[in-house]
Amino acid sequence: MIEQTPRERPINLLIKASGYSSILFVLLILFFLLREGLPAITSAELSSLFGTIWYPIEDYFGIWPLIFGSIIVTITAILIAIPLGIGTSLYISEVAPLWAKNLLKPLIEILAGLPSVVLGFIGIQVAAPLLREGLNLPTGLSGLTGAILLAFIATPTVVSISEDALNTVPASYRQAALALGATKWQTLWNITLPAAKSGVLTAVMLGVGRAIGETMAVMMVTGNAPVMPHGLDAIILPIRTMTATIASEMGEVATGSPHYQVLFFIGIILFLLSLTINVIASWVSTRGLKRSERSLS
Amino acid sequence: MKWKILSFILCLSLLLTGCAADSDQPAAETSSVYIQNKGSDTIVNLALAWAERYQTIRPDVRLSVTGGGSGTGITSLINGTVDIANASRAIKSEEIKAAEANGIEPVEHVIARDAIAVIVNPQNPVDQLTLEQISRIYRGEITNWKEVGGEDRPIVRLSRETNSGTHVYFLEAVVRLGNSNDKTIFSPLTLLLPSSEGIIAEVSSNPNAIGYDGLGYVTHEVKMIAVSPGKGQPYVLPSIDSVNDKSYPIARDLYMYSRKDSSQAVLDYLQWVLSDEAQQIVADLGFVPVLPAP
Repeated sequence: MIEQTPRERPINLLIKASGYSSILFVLLILFFLLREGLPAITSAELSSLFGTIWYPIEDYFGIWPLIFGSIIVTITAILIAIPLGIGTSLYISEVAPLWAKNLLKPLIEILAGLPSVVLGFIGIQVAAPLLREGLNLPTGLSGLTGAILLAFIATPTVVSISEDALNTVPASYRQAALALGATKWQTLWNITLPAAKSGVLTAVMLGVGRAIGETMAVMMVTGNAPVMPHGLDAIILPIRTMTATIASEMGEVATGSPHYQVLFFIGIILFLLSLTINVIASWVSTRGLKRSERSLS
Repeated sequence: MKWKILSFILCLSLLLTGCAADSDQPAAETSSVYIQNKGSDTIVNLALAWAERYQTIRPDVRLSVTGGGSGTGITSLINGTVDIANASRAIKSEEIKAAEANGIEPVEHVIARDAIAVIVNPQNPVDQLTLEQISRIYRGEITNWKEVGGEDRPIVRLSRETNSGTHVYFLEAVVRLGNSNDKTIFSPLTLLLPSSEGIIAEVSSNPNAIGYDGLGYVTHEVKMIAVSPGKGQPYVLPSIDSVNDKSYPIARDLYMYSRKDSSQAVLDYLQWVLSDEAQQIVADLGFVPVLPAP
């Protein structure tokens, strides 16, 4: 233990307090969610809660279409965001000349700061009609449009975190590979990327977390129809996500009613999903990181 | 230096506001009456426009208008926190009972009418449907435009979100054709859009779409459908005249509820609301006046 001078003590306490307060807030949120949401299991009949029809004004509280809606949109979004995000971060950190690097990094940060409602507006006006005509869909307000927008929202997260991971790979790794006669591509693909694997996986998981929690953009472009998916074509059909459901229905619901409790129950599911994702992300980032790597980076 | 100027301006503005409040005092003291007005989001724009105009006629009356939904407005009236409740549906019998238990007797005023227009893309050749056809489209029984005389295209159904009074009205009056024992709901494929503008945007760009919206929201980018109440009866386009002569079937009354022992100011206001001047504002906002517009 390092000796504290009397002047350091209050500062130390302050820092400690702010550190613990974030844990406290998460616990309080969890407590509140559970208190408001868990009664849903008894007040709405279970058969109704895990049914396939969501129509709350007639007491149909089937949450499966909403869960599947969120999962389908998120998986599709992340399938688009992974190659895009990792490719971009590889280019910025390994390939791009300095001027391109200096131009791209702030641009991606701007993309990260773009309000999702603006993206949603672009989605309604541009992406939805384009997709409808291009793929000959009945309507452009579909899961696919939502997934593309979500990919745009998740990509900056993936790029900036995996780029950080690539930057921490020691230069000696690359130098050694190049010295052994590997081409630039071989170095990048076989040495640098595997060395940064855990960081890149963390980036992907956080991208998933970003996508599953996004509300406004998906609410504007997915059509919000609580359709039960029956196959792979579900992605080109309208979809209703959990977040959009909470956002659009919370405003008018009577406090304490079964509908209110079910909405909080959906909140619990979302909380658990993003908790799982974060746990996996932190597990991935610490696992496989050997002592030597840690001391080098 | 900068701070000195800033604080000087601050002091000055404080002083001046003091003056303004002082000079206002005598006028307000004569008879300043507050009317609290709350309820339906459909009516809130109309109520605001009325309140603004009424302020110029009766500067001694102050109106405060808020939205929140028909149910919220009526509940506030029952609890005695507002003078007038706006509602896009009639008061329910259990709400009347709750009010009477609180010693409040609600009085109903029909203050305007609202037609729900069924809209399609201008490219769509279909321009008339029966009420039953619209109901079957939204139930999911008719899925292609060729079944109602259009092109071979899938039908994309658009609706407002379930928290909208318009959604509930459309469900009861059109999807269930006014049959209260009918428990049919919208087809799960119905797209629920969060705003009227969203419906107009999608209908105006998508030739497969059908939607509905209050007459006041309909723009020239979409085509209104003429609706017939039943087979063999004439197809009617929504308009002020067709709503008032009851030939257009998808129209509803908009209400204000007050309490029986209201103050004179509230009574005066409710009387003014039915005047030609106030009803002209109704027509300007795209609703249907209770009396034919002059």
